[in-house]
Amino acid sequence: MLRTINKNQVLILTNIPRVPASVTSVLRGISRRHKIPLSTLKRNAQILKEFNLISYGDPSNFAGVELTELGRFISNLTVGEEPTVHGNMVQTRSGFRPLGTVIKDLRKNVLRMIAEAGSGHLGASLSAVDILAILYMIKMKHDPKNPSWKDRDRFVLSKGHVAPALYAVLSEAGYISPDRLMTLREIGSQLQGHPDMEIPGVDASTGSLGQGLSIGVGMALASKMDGSGSRTYVLLGDGELNEGQVWEAALTAAHHGLDNLTAIVDRNGYQLTGRTAEIKAMDPLADKWRSFGWEAMEADGNDPASILDALNACDLTTGKPSVIIAITTKGKGISFMEGTKYSRKTPDAQELKRALKELT
Amino acid sequence: MQTKTASQLEHFGRALVDLGLIHEELVVLDPDVAASTKVTYFAERFPERFIRIGISEQDMIGVAAGLAASGKTPIACGFAMFVACRSWEQISSSVARPGLNVKIVGTHSGLSPSADGDSHQTYGDVAVMRVLPDMKLVVPADAPEAVEALKAIVDTPGPAYLRLARGETPVAYAEGCEFTLGRANVLREGSDASVIANGVMVPMALEAAGRLAGEGISVRVLDMHTVKPLDTDAIVKAAAETGAIVTAEEHSVIGGLGSAVAETLAEERPTPMERVGIMDRFGESSRSYTALMAKMGLTSDAIEEAVREAMKRRK
Repeated sequence: MLRTINKNQVLILTNIPRVPASVTSVLRGISRRHKIPLSTLKRNAQILKEFNLISYGDPSNFAGVELTELGRFISNLTVGEEPTVHGNMVQTRSGFRPLGTVIKDLRKNVLRMIAEAGSGHLGASLSAVDILAILYMIKMKHDPKNPSWKDRDRFVLSKGHVAPALYAVLSEAGYISPDRLMTLREIGSQLQGHPDMEIPGVDASTGSLGQGLSIGVGMALASKMDGSGSRTYVLLGDGELNEGQVWEAALTAAHHGLDNLTAIVDRNGYQLTGRTAEIKAMDPLADKWRSFGWEAMEADGNDPASILDALNACDLTTGKPSVIIAITTKGKGISFMEGTKYSRKTPDAQELKRALKELT
Repeated sequence: MQTKTASQLEHFGRALVDLGLIHEELVVLDPDVAASTKVTYFAERFPERFIRIGISEQDMIGVAAGLAASGKTPIACGFAMFVACRSWEQISSSVARPGLNVKIVGTHSGLSPSADGDSHQTYGDVAVMRVLPDMKLVVPADAPEAVEALKAIVDTPGPAYLRLARGETPVAYAEGCEFTLGRANVLREGSDASVIANGVMVPMALEAAGRLAGEGISVRVLDMHTVKPLDTDAIVKAAAETGAIVTAEEHSVIGGLGSAVAETLAEERPTPMERVGIMDRFGESSRSYTALMAKMGLTSDAIEEAVREAMKRRK
């Protein structure tokens, strides 16, 4: 029987939400996202139902679509066959390369850029590298040859101070030529200290904390109005959540049922002058988002597989926005930087050398 | 004398519907004041393009920025004090810096929410919006001009601020009047002095000029509806040809039209000048808008007096 399962059927099986949802809305979501005609998906869903892999009522009643026990078993098998995320070959400006190697190179570039600029938020940039890499190298629908493609997925770096990490990823993806990376924060350079929409691939100008989620809400609303399958991702800092506007935007997103919006909180536990827990406690953080009407989940924000799993789960959420609390380590990847000491310190020549060595 | 009046907001609300028919990308955002700002007409006609934000102007500006970044033309309309002043940093950072096509409409400006008192009265919005690079800033004189100003800012790409008054105000223009963004309208020719006014002070300036004409004083009246980009040519020309300048605005004399004109004259043609406006003080509640305007020194008499003062100082 397994041989009879085609690609579209696998897609349906692996996209059934854990919470029952109407079959039409689930199929419509897949249709939009993967550009497959709804009628094709409906036919295949019917076949899966006949095989007893999924169950749903007829259109006259509202019984949601669910995996049967057998369906869940087969769905898990299908997912299990995917290669590990770290070893995934991803498309970069210099051809296909393993994601793990790309991430190491991103960290190297972040270190070099900040050392060259003489200032910048190193610790926070290093904590966010894995999330940015997964988004731009695997998850997001975008095209470096056509940065203003209308139906692309959008990314808003609400914690704009980690711009070096964003620029490094945009360069690897093919938006920014590598020789320009070292002009970060230099007068006349496009690579401003905080993201600027003039840079191809940068979807929002940010830097003033607390404003990115509102911008993301606007983008997600536009996508809904246009019937585009485009998704919007917003990366926030955990310290940034002190800003009231974030929570205004959280309410707006939930009110408008923006299931095409995913917020990711880089929960590295530190803000400028100390531990977030000691400055303005935010726990229980996931519950706060849930009470604001969001689907909330936690992930290891420095583990590509965990981030990708969480992002994929967000695709399945319907009727409300989703947030990933990504637990990260400030200064991640450099043993002597993990922690607070180096979070805002610019590495000197000696430290840079040591750090780069750790990444080889 | 019976003056004809009309509501800027009523006209604005109707015009939004007309624009919505032409511009499919036009969307309206509301921070829970739709019934007061008259965007309800748009909401009824285009419910799918009307976005309720709730009482959160700062969030509204960010949402508008995101919509504009995705190709929409958002009209973010709320009370001037909250949409322009409270959200100024959001406007600066999320809208003006990237030059996004967001149209901000501040209603209930100046002293027009008279009964509400000085928490709602707004006399600093022109000052704070004027410092934003590339921001278009329009203060229409009356209801017909408000409509033309709205059309002009929607047709001009980039961020803009439109300042509107609450309630019925005197009318200086006919429907469909001539309006060019950044070009002052000369409403009355004159050779002895010039009054450069905007907003509700324009009809008052015409009144003052009419009375002064009776005494043989010839006063030019300019409607400086666009504060940015400022029509500096018209200002310098008025200074050169009439030799005395008076500004009149329903705004603080600090940072608004008076300041903008003074800056131009100081640099290009120093000329005796008087400013009519709110003299660095807060307002107060008044059931009558006219009474409050009078108490704050915003009358045609004050303009008349200022013209005489400026003329006295002329060499």
